[in-house]
Amino acid sequence: MKRLVLAAALAGFATTAAAADLKICVEGAYPPFSETTASGDIVGFDIDIANALCASMGKSCEMVKTEWDGIIPALIEGKCDAIVASMSITEDRMKVIDFTNKYYQTPAKFISKADAGLVDTPEGLKGKVVGVQRGTIHQDFMEGEFPDVELKLYGTQDEAYLDLQAGRIDAVIADSVAMDDGFLKTENGKGYAFFGKDYSIPKYHGEGAGIGVRKSDGDLKAALNAAIDAIRASGEYKTINDKYFDFDLYGA
Amino acid sequence: MNFEIILEAWPLFAKGVWITLHLTVLALSLGFVIALPAALSLHHKGRFHRVWGAYVYVFRGTPLLVQTYLIYYGLSQFDWVRSSFLWGAPGFLDGTWLGAVWPSLKSAWWCALIAFSLNSGAYQAEILRGGLAVVPEGELEGAKSLGLNPSQVTRLVLLPSALRRALPQYGNEIVFMLHGSVVASVITIQDILGAGRTLNARHYVAYEGFLTSAALYMAITFAVVWVFRLVERRYLRHLNIRTAKPKGAGAPGIAGIGGVAWR
Repeated sequence: MKRLVLAAALAGFATTAAAADLKICVEGAYPPFSETTASGDIVGFDIDIANALCASMGKSCEMVKTEWDGIIPALIEGKCDAIVASMSITEDRMKVIDFTNKYYQTPAKFISKADAGLVDTPEGLKGKVVGVQRGTIHQDFMEGEFPDVELKLYGTQDEAYLDLQAGRIDAVIADSVAMDDGFLKTENGKGYAFFGKDYSIPKYHGEGAGIGVRKSDGDLKAALNAAIDAIRASGEYKTINDKYFDFDLYGA
Repeated sequence: MNFEIILEAWPLFAKGVWITLHLTVLALSLGFVIALPAALSLHHKGRFHRVWGAYVYVFRGTPLLVQTYLIYYGLSQFDWVRSSFLWGAPGFLDGTWLGAVWPSLKSAWWCALIAFSLNSGAYQAEILRGGLAVVPEGELEGAKSLGLNPSQVTRLVLLPSALRRALPQYGNEIVFMLHGSVVASVITIQDILGAGRTLNARHYVAYEGFLTSAALYMAITFAVVWVFRLVERRYLRHLNIRTAKPKGAGAPGIAGIGGVAWR
């Protein structure tokens, strides 16, 4: 009996080890781009795009759920071959990894309680506490443009929403689309609203979200770029886009 | 390994060390305050021993991470918690020192301290109870025969004896609490691990932040272990097996009176 269990366990390893052509790092805590369902599946815009790109390249892919603040090291160490996690293409990140062309581009924005009356200037946010996800462009942006505002760093975007609802923080800054669909339009987001400008400063916010690859993987980068163009041309991108959003996510 | 970015981030780590030590020492102290009545009640089957038993059972039975999450993210979901004194000091305390140090569930720091203290209290209660259970009956009979009343027996004989016997396990609990305090970093507190994670996230690296954190925890652990070795050497002297015979064999000593020979 014991031996049978052991054999079954080893078989279990074997099936997961019978690896896909590509392993894709995804996050699973950034709705509607990437979220984990009650049954543990990861779904969302990023996931659909990743699958479409894999299909277009004729490769089998496996999604690897990875914590956001460890996702670049995971790529570098070979735990996965590409990052499809709404990661903005920034100069800082380009120092350690390479990116494909963008696959979408949306601005960053603040949210707060609808009646909070906050203004997005250093004076307007003085004495307020703003939550951001650790290791994001939004952290860099806040540290660069609002150095005197108290920042709270969260492991995931969802935790920042929880603390905003709890009243521990006054505002959250993140991608506008992610917050609109992931929070404002949900039951929990009632009574909360955007305030301030749309932010899209290349120095912080980069040139849109791209797919991260290792610097040594030039071939994969080229293949992914071709695949992005292919799904854009075939209309598949639009189908996925329309499944989640009622506007064009790709940007200008 | 890029040592430059580690050196650059040392103020972050210095602050982290302070927060970790501060939090751990306070949690262990508050834990002891909880554990003392709990252990005595459990040992003597006191009136509330079932309540204490349930407390120890729950807090030893669930992970510290879950307890911290429940207190930090869980309790804050309830409107009645957020509109009560649990969330912040009552208005009339504004501007007073009590208002400034009020244990508010709004603050991540207090949530961590409460979770850690309750957790450590449960473990310390078990450690103390174990210490109480192995105090030899003879010591207590001796104390009684000297005319000590029950509270004196507890205060002067039972507790000191039990605490000494619990010392080695206490050293363990301190190290466990120190390592357990990393949980603080998941509720936005910038402790040692929080500093390491921030370093990692800022430079997109995996080793520099974690290894620096690990080295700091290790240094603190060794300091604790070293201090405990000294403390144990002092307070557990009487448990050492004698190697030398008492001076002047045949002189009237305890051994002589009782007729029990030292071996």
